[in-house]
Amino acid sequence: MRPIRWLRKNLVVIAGVLALAYLILPNVVVLVFSFNKPKGRFNYTWDHFSTDAWQHPCGVADMCGSLTLSLKIAVYATIGATILGTLTAFALARYRFRGRAATNMLIFLPMAMPEVVMGASLGTLFLNMRIQFGFWTILIAHIMFCLSFVVTAVKARVMSMDPRLEQAAQDLYATPLQTFLRITLPLAAPGIAAGALLSFALSFDDYIITSFNAGNTVTFPMFVWGSAQRGTPVQVNVIGTAMFAIAVVLVLAGQLAGSRRKAKA
Amino acid sequence: MTTPSTTSEATGDAVRLTGISKTYGSFTAVHPLDLTVPAGSFFALLGASGCGKTTTLRMIAGLEDPSGGSVRLGGRDVTALPPYKRPVNTVFQNYALFPHLDIYENVAFGLRRRGIKSVKQQVGEMLDLVQLGPLARRRPHQLSGGQQQRVAVARALINKPQVLLLDEPLGALDLKLRRQMQLELKRIQTEVGITFIHVTHDQEEAMTMADTVAVMNAGRVEQMGAPADLYENPASTFVANFLGTSNLIEAEVTGVLGGTLHLVSAGQKLTLPAARSRADVTAGDRVLAGVRPEKITLAHRDDEDAIPAGRNRVQGRIVDSSFIGVSTQYLVDSPVGAELEVFVPNVERDARLVPGAPVILHWNPEHTFGLDAAQDIDAGTESDDEPAPGGGGAPAAAGAASAVPAGGAGGAAA
Repeated sequence: MRPIRWLRKNLVVIAGVLALAYLILPNVVVLVFSFNKPKGRFNYTWDHFSTDAWQHPCGVADMCGSLTLSLKIAVYATIGATILGTLTAFALARYRFRGRAATNMLIFLPMAMPEVVMGASLGTLFLNMRIQFGFWTILIAHIMFCLSFVVTAVKARVMSMDPRLEQAAQDLYATPLQTFLRITLPLAAPGIAAGALLSFALSFDDYIITSFNAGNTVTFPMFVWGSAQRGTPVQVNVIGTAMFAIAVVLVLAGQLAGSRRKAKA
Repeated sequence: MTTPSTTSEATGDAVRLTGISKTYGSFTAVHPLDLTVPAGSFFALLGASGCGKTTTLRMIAGLEDPSGGSVRLGGRDVTALPPYKRPVNTVFQNYALFPHLDIYENVAFGLRRRGIKSVKQQVGEMLDLVQLGPLARRRPHQLSGGQQQRVAVARALINKPQVLLLDEPLGALDLKLRRQMQLELKRIQTEVGITFIHVTHDQEEAMTMADTVAVMNAGRVEQMGAPADLYENPASTFVANFLGTSNLIEAEVTGVLGGTLHLVSAGQKLTLPAARSRADVTAGDRVLAGVRPEKITLAHRDDEDAIPAGRNRVQGRIVDSSFIGVSTQYLVDSPVGAELEVFVPNVERDARLVPGAPVILHWNPEHTFGLDAAQDIDAGTESDDEPAPGGGGAPAAAGAASAVPAGGAGGAAA
């Protein structure tokens, strides 16, 4: 009877650990293979341990260039989409205007539409407008599909905010600008941050839409895909592991800051 | 009723509303309204939900634009000023504390917005006034309802506004805490001497705290005055029923003699001092004679001879009694009206006063008030969603409702 009771008590923990393992396993494989020294050109089978790739992360031609480009696009797209999306979300949540319902619906289209369709039609549009493919076409495309996610995240947050808080601020001598900066923005910040993080991740790893609008420009996902045809360098695993580590550290730092603030209060 | 202009000029008006109104499309939330609040007073706007009291308050704060009329604060016209330029502060319903700021910063908010750098001493003093000093670094969600309420008061009061507006500030608290906060708010108001305008739907709360109460109904002020004055001399059936409970008896005037109205209802003779009648009536007119349940004495019919002469008497039969500790509430059917309410203090309980017993209700004619019979006799009975302790909204509603047909029949018989 004992083991059954133990099982019943810890079932949630066991299920949690299993789900976590399922999520983490691919990352572990990536980590392990970043220390591999493969025999051939393909980093698919374990040969022997080496830190070569970690010592020379940019040792592969063009890889770090494409990585820098992807990071740059991701940062710009995040900034652009977050600003535009936040403004749109406030407009949709706070004001009644002609075309509001249509905007509310259309904003979901980029999320709902298959990426291939969107990428292809954007490519056609740029081609017909005779716009040179490259950095700017990629950036425009990325801002577009990130926008919906920012709007959705920020709108949910703004809708749940108590309008009386802003009235209270005004009642306490805050001008409209001060009210926005001191009350509205801090309260909406979690939604804006969520939208921005999502934008960064989506932009950084987008392949399909980018490939239709990149011309000769090569972003990091395009580089990985391209090299996978000819043989993947170990450095790809190094970059992957580094990105994962940075993300984990950021999340932990956020959690820590939050719990410390609570403990202090 | 209204404050005489001579005294208001001597003490200064904190707030003067002139013809202020608010309409939303075709719906009129507040009819053109004149209201003068003397400086330093604790003023209550009392009414059922949807009567326009909160809208009126928000127009004083500047959070709502009036459709017409003007708002003057301390003699200055502020109608066109935005809320952040008005020298008033509000304690919001559910407090509206800033969740991302701690208690200290919540309280300091108004001072900082006005560019005051050294806020430490003032915030400390204000937190002491509301007894929250040790919790300065907590966040609003870590506080209990009563503590949050005190923060909201401190956050508004620290700015030393000309007028403090309180929008149902105690509505979210349980009964015991509400009582405690009523006394607390009254203490703070006496201590700081700032004019308080308090919006509430709780008649008991209004009467406990305020020195002047304005009873609002359907966007209009029905009556304004000191709590005792409103209670003893209601000007309308709404006030009579909304503030406590009243027995309203439909009667016919048989004559006017030396400042006394002689009435008859279902064959029972009543008298009413003409000065206490709101309706200007002569012989042959109809009038509503009202009396509060606690003014009535209940005697068994066997003791009729012991009742002193000159008192108003009504015969009846007890239909229900409920013991509530401090007093016993009786419902009495009588020819003048069904289910009249009588509150008898439990000093010496008469064992014969049980349901079914024939009784005489008698009271001092001076305690009778007269109201215009053209009004809705039930006004104000259904709207009180929270039965007042000792009063009881539901029995009052039932009593008044069933008194109408019976009173009408009595009138026809007479």
